[in-house]
Amino acid sequence: MSTRPAVVVDDVSKRFRLYRERNQSLKAALMRGRRAVVEEFWALQDVSFEVPEGSTFGLVGENGSGKSTLMKCMARILQPDRGSVRVNGKVSALLELGAGFHPELSGRENVFLNGSILGLGQKELAAKFDEIVEFAGLGQFIDQPVKNYSNGMYVRLGFSVAINVDPDVLLVDEVLAVGDEAFQRKCNEKFADLKAAGKTIVLVSHNLSAVHNLCDRAAWLEHGVLKMIAPARQIVDEYMSTVQIDRVEDVETGGNRWGSGEGRIEKVELLGPSGEPASKVRTGDPVTIRIHYCMDEPIPRPVFGLAIHTLDGTHVTGPNTRDTESVPDKLEGEGHVDLRIDPIRLLPGTYDITASLYDYACLHPYDFRHHVLRFDVDPGEPHESYGVVSLGGSWRVPGVDPAA
Amino acid sequence: MTTLTEYRSTSELLGNLTLRELRSKYKRSALGWAWSLLNPLATLLIFSLVFRFFMRVQLPPSETSGLQNYALFLSCGLLPWNYFTNSVSGSIGTLVGNANLIKKTYFPRELLVFSNVASWNVSLLIEMGILLLVFLAFGNMVLPWIPALLVLIVLLTLFVAGLSLIFSVLNVFFRDVQHLVGIVFQAWLYLTPVIYPITLIPESHVLFGVDLPLRRIWELNPMARFVGAFRDVLYDLRWPELNDIGYLALVSVATFFIGLTVFNRLSGRLAEEL
Repeated sequence: MSTRPAVVVDDVSKRFRLYRERNQSLKAALMRGRRAVVEEFWALQDVSFEVPEGSTFGLVGENGSGKSTLMKCMARILQPDRGSVRVNGKVSALLELGAGFHPELSGRENVFLNGSILGLGQKELAAKFDEIVEFAGLGQFIDQPVKNYSNGMYVRLGFSVAINVDPDVLLVDEVLAVGDEAFQRKCNEKFADLKAAGKTIVLVSHNLSAVHNLCDRAAWLEHGVLKMIAPARQIVDEYMSTVQIDRVEDVETGGNRWGSGEGRIEKVELLGPSGEPASKVRTGDPVTIRIHYCMDEPIPRPVFGLAIHTLDGTHVTGPNTRDTESVPDKLEGEGHVDLRIDPIRLLPGTYDITASLYDYACLHPYDFRHHVLRFDVDPGEPHESYGVVSLGGSWRVPGVDPAA
Repeated sequence: MTTLTEYRSTSELLGNLTLRELRSKYKRSALGWAWSLLNPLATLLIFSLVFRFFMRVQLPPSETSGLQNYALFLSCGLLPWNYFTNSVSGSIGTLVGNANLIKKTYFPRELLVFSNVASWNVSLLIEMGILLLVFLAFGNMVLPWIPALLVLIVLLTLFVAGLSLIFSVLNVFFRDVQHLVGIVFQAWLYLTPVIYPITLIPESHVLFGVDLPLRRIWELNPMARFVGAFRDVLYDLRWPELNDIGYLALVSVATFFIGLTVFNRLSGRLAEEL
């Protein structure tokens, strides 16, 4: 591995024109004069960094932060208005799988077409054809028109062609999550192979754990400006903490929620020492977290889970009913489950509760309620000044009687 | 080395995109490829009927080949004309039609236009091949004129490609280009001596007291010269005049390079405008 940069992003700015009244007809253009009513919007501003050769590099940022725009500039799909992007070697961009497929043509014809759009020669394609089909797992369907393919087949074939382009620099935008689990594993192996072969990979993802696991370094974009560039771990930590703080506003409205909804978490309550709902408890109080559920149909072996986060996003604890083997065969109708905590060892501060209802394999969310409840902890016993929890330890110090 | 491999993969991509155009053009139609021949044949039949028999366009026998056949006379103009309009109107939609490809992948954008022109070029070559056989059957010895015919096709292709580049990219910014061009083509057909001989246009015409050299003005239209030159070679079996060839070469090469320049200037913004 050399330290020659594979990608040099040099002071790149990209402007988009937002047309309030778009001149898409000549008449409009003539009537209004040459210029349309345009608002300018800088999607990227003076972004500079280098991606070292052979490294895996992540781009993180919220929606609209400019990471996809930057990726498209690297892929030469967009031209920066200022600055330049230089890439040493052959680039392949996985922005959308099967983007060049023609629905009426067969899989075979599309492999050759798509491959050559991505820059692969006919001879190389012919040599790799079997491998491509094998990887996509299409078998005899390869001679069918791709419009008859399932979504999964389509995407797998697209991925298979793109990954076999054998690029020096691979740009990947949020496409890691394709196909079933087996195909996912194959994809990840392929990425690992490319990485081992010294190829450079640039990854745009919302999936922070993917960035954390795969990337060496990462850049964090915020509103088109490079906020930070550092080892991936550090970026993910920093990013998580700010994003969590931003999300606190959601809590008033119940936070984010997703799931298939056959079974629902109607309400989550924190019960204080008196057994009454409370929004404030003291360190050391006996408390209960009560999850009210409502199942529209019998849910086999439901798993309830809770998570408690500090405001800066630290995951303090995450108990669930599967870990303690408290899973009933099935549950239906309305009711509640309780988590007894006696005493609560959280130190003073503000905490958010997330509650979830999953199937036994913990793959299918029936209901997931992010930050559904917020509560405060006031000083109590034991009293400790630092940290998030008390582990309930006791000091043995010469000259001090522990019983006192 | 890089430019060589780049050139090779570019030409391969052009080949593949052209194949895609050809394959998808007649997919799922029962007659398939036959349509590419039936279409011009039908136009030929209708025009011959209307203009030869209803309108009675008078066609003098050719001075050099002695041939006097309206359908053949018409074909010499109609095939290049169809190639011209089909290519340009096809190209106008091609960037918008391939928006997804442009937004998600990188490759030289002009290849989309070129592949469309190339697919119509394939049709033209097949049609021309058949037309040559028909001319032979009618006793016109066209074989020695094939090289001249090919030169004309190359020049026409440059002209067609140049206009296709300009209109296709303009259409991305102003969608009414496609409608406008449709109307312009209708008028242009009748301004071009496709269905009538150029001798029908008087040498001069007095308009508001000004003596206009009408025929000369008519011949400024490059398509008029193209049709004339194709007719010279196939129908009359004679060399087109040198100034015709010179004019066509100049216009074609200039159009092509203007097209490339306009296209390259605007194509950088395609992915965001589509």
